[in-house]
Amino acid sequence: MSSSPLHDPFAPPVADAKTEIKKTTCYMCACRCGIRVHLRNGEVRYIDGNPDHPLNNGVICAKGSSGIMKQYSPARLTKPLRRKPGTERGAGDFEEISWEETFSILTERLGKIRATDPKKFALFTGRDQMQALTGMFARQFGTPNYAAHGGFCSVNMAAGMIYTIGGSFWEFGGPDLERSKLFIMIGTAEDHHSNPMKIALSKFKREGGRFISINPVRTGYSAIADEWVPIRPGTDGALMLALIHEIIALGLYDRDFLVRYTNSGQLVNLDAEHDEFGMFVRTEVPEEEGCYDPQNKLWWDRNTDKPVITHTEGADPFLLGEFKLPDGVAVKPAFQLLQDRVKDYTPEWAEGITGIPADTIKRLAHEMGITARDQKIELPIAWTDSWGKEHDTVTGNPVSFHAMRGLAAHSNGFQTIRALSILMTLLGTIDRPGGFRHKAPFPRPIPPCARTPNDPRAVQPNTPLDGMPLGWPADPDDLFVNADGTPVRLDKAFSWEYPLSVHGMMHNAITNAWRGDPYKIDTLLMFMANMAWNSSMNTSEVRKMLVDKEEDGTYKIPYIVVCDAFHSETTAFADLILPDTTYLERHDVMSMLDRPISEFDGPVDSVRIPVLPPTGECKPFQEVLIELGTRLKLPAFVTADGARKYKNYPDFIVNWETAPGSGIGFLSGWRGKGGEKSIKGEPNPNQWEMYAKNDCVHHHKLPRSYQFMRNWNKGYLEWSQRNGITRYSEPILIHLYSEVLQKFRLAAQGKSITRQPPKHLAKRIETYFDPLPFYYEPLEVQTSDKLKYPLSALTQRPMAMYHSWDSQNAWLRQIHAHNYLYVNSQTAKDAGIADGDWMWCESQWGKVRCMARYSESVEPGTVWTWNAIGKAAGAWNLEPNANESQQGFLLNHLISEELPAQHDGKRFSNSDPITGQAAWYDVRVRIYKAEEGEPEQTSPQFEPMKKYPGMKEHPSLLAYFGGGKKKGGAK
Amino acid sequence: MTQLALVIDLNVCVGCSACVTSCKEWNTSGSAGPLCDENPYGLNPTGTFFNRVQTFEIGQYPHSETLHFPKSCLHCEDPPCVPVCPTGASYKRKEDGIVLVDYDKCIGCKYCTWACPYGAREFDEKAKVMKKCTLCVDRIYDESMAEADRKPSCVKACPTSARLFGDIHDPESEVSQAIREDGGYALMPEWGTHPANHYLPRRKTKLKIHQDELERADNPLKVDGQQPKPGKGESSMDDVSAW
Repeated sequence: MSSSPLHDPFAPPVADAKTEIKKTTCYMCACRCGIRVHLRNGEVRYIDGNPDHPLNNGVICAKGSSGIMKQYSPARLTKPLRRKPGTERGAGDFEEISWEETFSILTERLGKIRATDPKKFALFTGRDQMQALTGMFARQFGTPNYAAHGGFCSVNMAAGMIYTIGGSFWEFGGPDLERSKLFIMIGTAEDHHSNPMKIALSKFKREGGRFISINPVRTGYSAIADEWVPIRPGTDGALMLALIHEIIALGLYDRDFLVRYTNSGQLVNLDAEHDEFGMFVRTEVPEEEGCYDPQNKLWWDRNTDKPVITHTEGADPFLLGEFKLPDGVAVKPAFQLLQDRVKDYTPEWAEGITGIPADTIKRLAHEMGITARDQKIELPIAWTDSWGKEHDTVTGNPVSFHAMRGLAAHSNGFQTIRALSILMTLLGTIDRPGGFRHKAPFPRPIPPCARTPNDPRAVQPNTPLDGMPLGWPADPDDLFVNADGTPVRLDKAFSWEYPLSVHGMMHNAITNAWRGDPYKIDTLLMFMANMAWNSSMNTSEVRKMLVDKEEDGTYKIPYIVVCDAFHSETTAFADLILPDTTYLERHDVMSMLDRPISEFDGPVDSVRIPVLPPTGECKPFQEVLIELGTRLKLPAFVTADGARKYKNYPDFIVNWETAPGSGIGFLSGWRGKGGEKSIKGEPNPNQWEMYAKNDCVHHHKLPRSYQFMRNWNKGYLEWSQRNGITRYSEPILIHLYSEVLQKFRLAAQGKSITRQPPKHLAKRIETYFDPLPFYYEPLEVQTSDKLKYPLSALTQRPMAMYHSWDSQNAWLRQIHAHNYLYVNSQTAKDAGIADGDWMWCESQWGKVRCMARYSESVEPGTVWTWNAIGKAAGAWNLEPNANESQQGFLLNHLISEELPAQHDGKRFSNSDPITGQAAWYDVRVRIYKAEEGEPEQTSPQFEPMKKYPGMKEHPSLLAYFGGGKKKGGAK
Repeated sequence: MTQLALVIDLNVCVGCSACVTSCKEWNTSGSAGPLCDENPYGLNPTGTFFNRVQTFEIGQYPHSETLHFPKSCLHCEDPPCVPVCPTGASYKRKEDGIVLVDYDKCIGCKYCTWACPYGAREFDEKAKVMKKCTLCVDRIYDESMAEADRKPSCVKACPTSARLFGDIHDPESEVSQAIREDGGYALMPEWGTHPANHYLPRRKTKLKIHQDELERADNPLKVDGQQPKPGKGESSMDDVSAW
């Protein structure tokens, strides 16, 4: 038969091609892997992982491998666009304008706002990875109305952990799987920090580690778990508390760790009449200058049976018991209060709430406790603790955890995550080998030092905001409220309603602006946030708000500017569209001032360097901000006489410093005139070139003795302070018991010397600001008819898609062209729904028609679907009959951004009452089969989106071949 | 004789599809490309992929498993697609056992699709020829690449390194060792095709807890006086036994 082959598989497919490999950083998701972009004759031929990059070590995911289809996507916007005069907002009729005209329009409009009332300009951004710059722009402008997407993403995870252990998962810390023996993953989005997690998980499993997944659904990572523990959504707090109960009851906690490194032994004032009730008892120790958390609390020493200052040499505190101080004040150690708290949180109690058998809960606690205690690691690393004690080794208790939105996106998430952090602490696993490890710039003091202003006078015409737009309140006096206690911010963040909303509350910005509560605004600028679709709760209603008018015919939100690279649903609602570049066309920094890509062993930051010129008229949003800031003469961007200070974004990044001569800027690598300094140093004019030569990444490896126990590691903390990473170098004791929360509770009880909440919010604050974690049913569930709506509804993130971004991607959409509602087979059968049937899923807020898929990998009380696969017809330049809009659906239509009205008609955000975290996963639903004869099409449907000027036609057949005509081969 | 193959470790595959698209992006612009996509932005998009991940659920809730199963041409040692090819376009390379299609000989008759029991072949609707995994034959011998890069694109991409690549006839190779020691198996051996690619099964790690591990002498509760010794007033054998 066969003779020698005609087709030579080894011949170069393009003769005499000019090839080039350029390194930059991926942005197909927020993971930020190092990539190599292979160009052939100027076109992208291949993108692979950079083997020399510390984050991904050369691997790449499905999204990263599909960057080509994003770069050349027909959904790209290529020209600045203005809504055609005389057309309705939302209709999608745009005309092309020049950048000069765009900047004139913006400068005039924003200039007027800034000169009169800067808070009428609101800037909200999505998962942009440049919050240090966008936040700075807002501050310079003088508006408090700035936030990124954190409030509707995972702020509970950040806040719950940072207010407890001084660091949190993902960018700021994570499980040390290299040394761990037991790993417990709880409710984790699979598109986040994904490659490092995948690399670590695989090694961990191969080295014989035991992996337990706690999740209502068994997909991606959970699929390879040694054990899957299904749990009812929103009940994780009950599980954590029962685990704590069991671990304390059996004495499986690490006592030595608790004594020295946490506030477990500190004595709490229990005199209910006292102003300091519930606060730690303090002695008169002269406060050191600039001290954040003076070491002036007391232990009850077991050796002398007397109160002593904590960490007194030779003392060992009781963790349990009740004592009376010489002045008669009754006190208990914090740990005793925790034991009291969890007394009734038995595994049997938790079984009824979580659906996990009590015996399983007990076994989980035993596995954690015994592994932590009996498989200890001792690394021969000498270090000195904050109290001057020298240690010959670093000890590790090899039990680690990872969790994300599954815990966070509930209105009880903050306290749940406090409980998780405390569980991790009881096991003695914080910043230790095999446990949780910090990543710079964390750990930080609890809470970190940044503050918003606390006075409405911080907002003044033609003046930068006097404080950060986002910060970390330490007590009620840090809230950003008016004299009458009402919010200063549009989204009501940092108000008495959501005091610790440290990432803002973007999910309420549109509703509040539309309603004029707390006030109306003029211009809303949204960057890279699909707020008219998958990033909003209550999508159908939010779309109406965006086009709603006053009686005089003007829009309730007068002016909307959208910056995006793509034809998202939100762009249709813009009055002005700014076409952003892709990640391959711009400079970017993953900065230590923002969310860097640090490793456990030290700070890491990185950059993007353009590998291709911008498409069409696309302009990076960074350049837009620098230009706009310069034209508006915002002080950071102009010289004293008002002249342009920075040529462009790269110039800004090199030369801007936090304060003149501070040596701290956006990038920490190759600072100093010749690039000889790291972390801190004078601006280096060749900094970008140095990054380019070094894989676009700067990795500052700490000495081994600074890599562990960093909350209390004298050497590390002093290094961190010297390098301007933290302001203080005192030990960061873990807040098993949270005085911050108690201060809010005291204020609500009218006992504090701080500001006190308005009367109608006092009860709310008093209830939720509990200094010890507790379990409560999520707020929406409390107000839902659970008989009528018996099921929980959730979304999961597919690993091959990032939010709404990838339906435009010809390759990725073939993996997920539409989504199903996954229903436990028995639950579906009981509802008379067959596999593949059209069905309705309905909440108290709305309903969607979708297709059912039977699943054995979901607990019977939960239905779920992939997030953001469903699209509006015509959006992302897909054909109006594309699967995404006809069979794909969005669960957001079922979820409200607000809770049902209270007696006074007022509505709280559907959020955690402590942090304002959007409670996506609290919704309750019922399911039923669609009627015979109903259209086999998703509902609701919207008028198909139009194509805008400057967008490409999409081909009916794609035969991508990067960089030239192919010679020979295919016929 | 060398037989190159993939060994896919289902114990660590999380179903992320990195192998699917990294394969597509390499091969669409490579010697086998372009790999076409029909209706790329419309209804029912469908394109040529050499590698796909299927997801199965096994068992009944709560004792269910979710399995991600990447699948591509298995480069059979006795490939049924080769003898059925009327033009000799389907061939197996002697030097490394890779099964290839000669696109210049293929007439698109699809006999090989019917012969392949694994559904591993992909018809290219534009070129009207059959295509399939080449084990990146245009990478693995390319000396212009760094040695670390001379691997199939999917192997290099895989974030969990679930895809091992090597010579299964060399007993010392990583792949042979994995097959031998971790229970590697071939798909549908009853067909007698002797697939070169193998799969490694799930392996579970368990922890056995002994009751006495819960009652240790160094229980920290004792330090705080919460685990008192039995009271002297309680009954003991001392009360009744005299010797």
